[in-house]
Amino acid sequence: MKVVGKNVIKIDAFKLARGEPVFTDDFTRQGMLYAKVLRSPHPHARILNVDAAAALKLDGVVDVIWHRDVKAIPHTRAGQSYPEPSPYDTLILSPKARFIGDRVAVVVAESVAQAIAALDHIVVDYEELPALTDMDQSLTNSEILIHEEPDPRGISEAGMTNIAARIDKQVGDVEAALKECDLVVTRDYHLPRVQASHIEPHISIAWVDEDDRLIVRTSTQVPFHLRRMLARILEIPEARIRVIKPRVGGGFGDKQELVVEDLVGVLALRTGRPVRLEFTREEEFVAARYRHPQRVTMTTGVMKDGTIVANRMYVLADTGAYGSHALTVQGNTGQKVLPMYPVANIHFKMDCVYTNNPISGAFRGYGAPQGCFALECHMDEVARELGMDRLELRKKNHIKLGDTDPLSAKLGEGKEGLVRVVKSTGLEKAIELGCEAIGWGNKREPSAAHLKRGLGMALAMQGSGIAGVDWGGATVKLNDDGSVNLSVGATDIGQGSDTVLAQMCAEELGIPYEKVIILSSDTDLTPFDVGAYASSTTYISGGAVVKAAAEVRGQLAGVLGSHWECEPEDIVFSDGMVTGPGDQSMTIAEVALFALYKAMIQPMATASHMSNDSPPPFAAQFAEVEVDTETGQVHLCRFVSAVDCGTVIHPKMVEGQIEGAVAQGMGYALFEEVLLDRTGRVLTPDFLDYKIASSLDVPEMVTILVPTDEPTGPYGAKAAGEVPIDGPAPAIVNAICDAVGVRMFRIPATAERVWRGLKEETR
Amino acid sequence: MNISLNLNGTATDWEVAPGQTLLQALRASGAFSVKLGCETGDCGSCTVLLDGQPVNSCVVPAARVNGSRVTTLEGLLGDDLMIRLQTELVEQGAVQCGYCIPGMLISLYALLKQGPPIDEETIRHALTGNLCRCTGYVKPVEAARAVAAVLEETS
Repeated sequence: MKVVGKNVIKIDAFKLARGEPVFTDDFTRQGMLYAKVLRSPHPHARILNVDAAAALKLDGVVDVIWHRDVKAIPHTRAGQSYPEPSPYDTLILSPKARFIGDRVAVVVAESVAQAIAALDHIVVDYEELPALTDMDQSLTNSEILIHEEPDPRGISEAGMTNIAARIDKQVGDVEAALKECDLVVTRDYHLPRVQASHIEPHISIAWVDEDDRLIVRTSTQVPFHLRRMLARILEIPEARIRVIKPRVGGGFGDKQELVVEDLVGVLALRTGRPVRLEFTREEEFVAARYRHPQRVTMTTGVMKDGTIVANRMYVLADTGAYGSHALTVQGNTGQKVLPMYPVANIHFKMDCVYTNNPISGAFRGYGAPQGCFALECHMDEVARELGMDRLELRKKNHIKLGDTDPLSAKLGEGKEGLVRVVKSTGLEKAIELGCEAIGWGNKREPSAAHLKRGLGMALAMQGSGIAGVDWGGATVKLNDDGSVNLSVGATDIGQGSDTVLAQMCAEELGIPYEKVIILSSDTDLTPFDVGAYASSTTYISGGAVVKAAAEVRGQLAGVLGSHWECEPEDIVFSDGMVTGPGDQSMTIAEVALFALYKAMIQPMATASHMSNDSPPPFAAQFAEVEVDTETGQVHLCRFVSAVDCGTVIHPKMVEGQIEGAVAQGMGYALFEEVLLDRTGRVLTPDFLDYKIASSLDVPEMVTILVPTDEPTGPYGAKAAGEVPIDGPAPAIVNAICDAVGVRMFRIPATAERVWRGLKEETR
Repeated sequence: MNISLNLNGTATDWEVAPGQTLLQALRASGAFSVKLGCETGDCGSCTVLLDGQPVNSCVVPAARVNGSRVTTLEGLLGDDLMIRLQTELVEQGAVQCGYCIPGMLISLYALLKQGPPIDEETIRHALTGNLCRCTGYVKPVEAARAVAAVLEETS
């Protein structure tokens, strides 16, 4: 292949490296107004009245809205395909505040400073209600109801309990199987509340244009879902809405949700002026979304020879005040993780409860990092109890080529799913290469007497899009000079999808990569796409690009076949040249001129692509740590990721995805945790208190790509974005246990927690 | 109040409001390479050179730069060392979402301007104030090392 598999220059890299004004905020419109949100100081309270008279008298204040000013249309802000599998439990502005930081009122003013100043002059009459901030209490308490209104749709037990979503699915008979096992191991694993922490905050600018249409320029992962959601809740036709996604400064799932766009939409329509709303970093920590905190109980039944007979996973999760992604994130905790060991008996059960805590939602990995932590730590625990080598236990039981994944059939996107069969896997190879790179079984000496070294590993799998749900469109149009316009709904949020899709387009047409001009994610100008989530873009949207480009190639071959009097199939497109079976030959530019001015056709095609498969990418990840036995401090020395993502379209960008995921995953393992007080108030609302990995924290990384050829993927590709974030936390925690014999059932494994573990061990 | 400064080599007068930060003033003057990430001096997306030293412009009061030299990425687009850094970052695949890149470039530029010897450790130290959530810092550090190596050869 000429372009696919090559490290071409990322298509937007130079303009980003020049600091060009390409992000949402690098843009102003005449007469722009600035919005700020007044947030609830109470975890649970009715909003009886909002008196904005004093605020409205201040200089520059244009408007203040609260729940009386907007129609109550229950919806979900999840940003998923319609019909969404998330409960419709949210209003633009609600008469009840459900967490500290919930929206109460919104000010719009001539400047940010004036909007902020006005917040202090709004008088709110609250009726405080008792609150629930502990998920165990939420599970059993039905005296305090967080969502008691009769109108929301899709809450599991609306009006009766605080359960937002429930799943209870079984393959085989786990209870009976456990009775026959030689050994049954049960453990609880505790997962913290962590945040995506994209460096660009949520930001959105909306205005009404000269055709009376609402234009929303926004940092989003889902422009088309957003248009649909806005039309419904703003009660204007979709035809009157245009969503434009410029460059996005990171998303990681947190920008799948509608977080600010509804407010700028409402205010632009009310004031007739452009309105901008940008979150502060503190608002990101209070009012954006978190990875769901969970407690996962794993039970495994195993025979003496290491054959796993039954796995049971019970998940209790905290969705916070609203239930966006409550069902599907927790569903993924089982569905994306348990199939790693496709045993005959699997039971997956989860309860996801409302609390008066900040909102949980989508974050890279989407439930799988939690499940993978529990399962892969548990495998080490089972191996230890069994007296078996932990690598051998995994090798004996992990999923292999041709295996089916029975759980996927039971757990789809909020409904019954599709049977999944593994058609490509590089897992064995990844394990082999990863072991070699980390020096498995060959622990290095620690660098000082009070330090101990350990090695740990974890296996992970994910999906490539949501089977039978995700789809995208692409349009390819040939120009006079042989360049092509490629327009896609697929949403580049920094991961590089514009580049990967341009590569596939160039490959299919046999033209240089530089000839592709890409336009993505403008609801007026590009075809539909579900957006950037569920590791779908390369696999799903790539499929649409390949189809559209192939069709254009077919059109050209048809025209040239008549001209050259040969069979269209005998015409070859390669290196910017088009050649016939004889000595006929034209450059792609000559072909374009011929098509446009002689044959008088516009070579152009639009194609759509979906897949009933969601082939799993695989990862084998390995950590080497050094633990200070005096302080409990863990130093992550080296980290090896061996990843099978099918055919690699752009090696450096895939490596970049993996390396970034390792940095995020090490934070999950060692230091990231959003702390709340008992009322659900965020105690860590900045990067000083909520630490993410810096250039000095990250370990030496070894990244190994293990290509396979996925028969259902474009050029054999599978996904890469999410799978490498699953393994770091369990691999690191397993390495800590290997070093000092202390099992961290709760992460992050801070120095204090490890130190306490060491004290208990010696007691 | 009115202040005078040298912004990217040009004598400039600003009318600044009390409490206005250098970040806000720079963006208002069209220096869009300077990014807002936290406004608490923790993420480094707004890094600029103040009299040649990298600072987080979000925690510098605009009034404070009266009489100073302020350099943003816009002011270095024609600089050979900056072009080398940009090219290397792009070619090594260090640019993902790109939001933190202008700040990183300024920090690396300030380091490399000091001249060799520059090893991986000094590069990592120079970048600690620039948080990046996409790359894990592997490729940015590789890119900076490559530029440092060229400087070493040619010095």
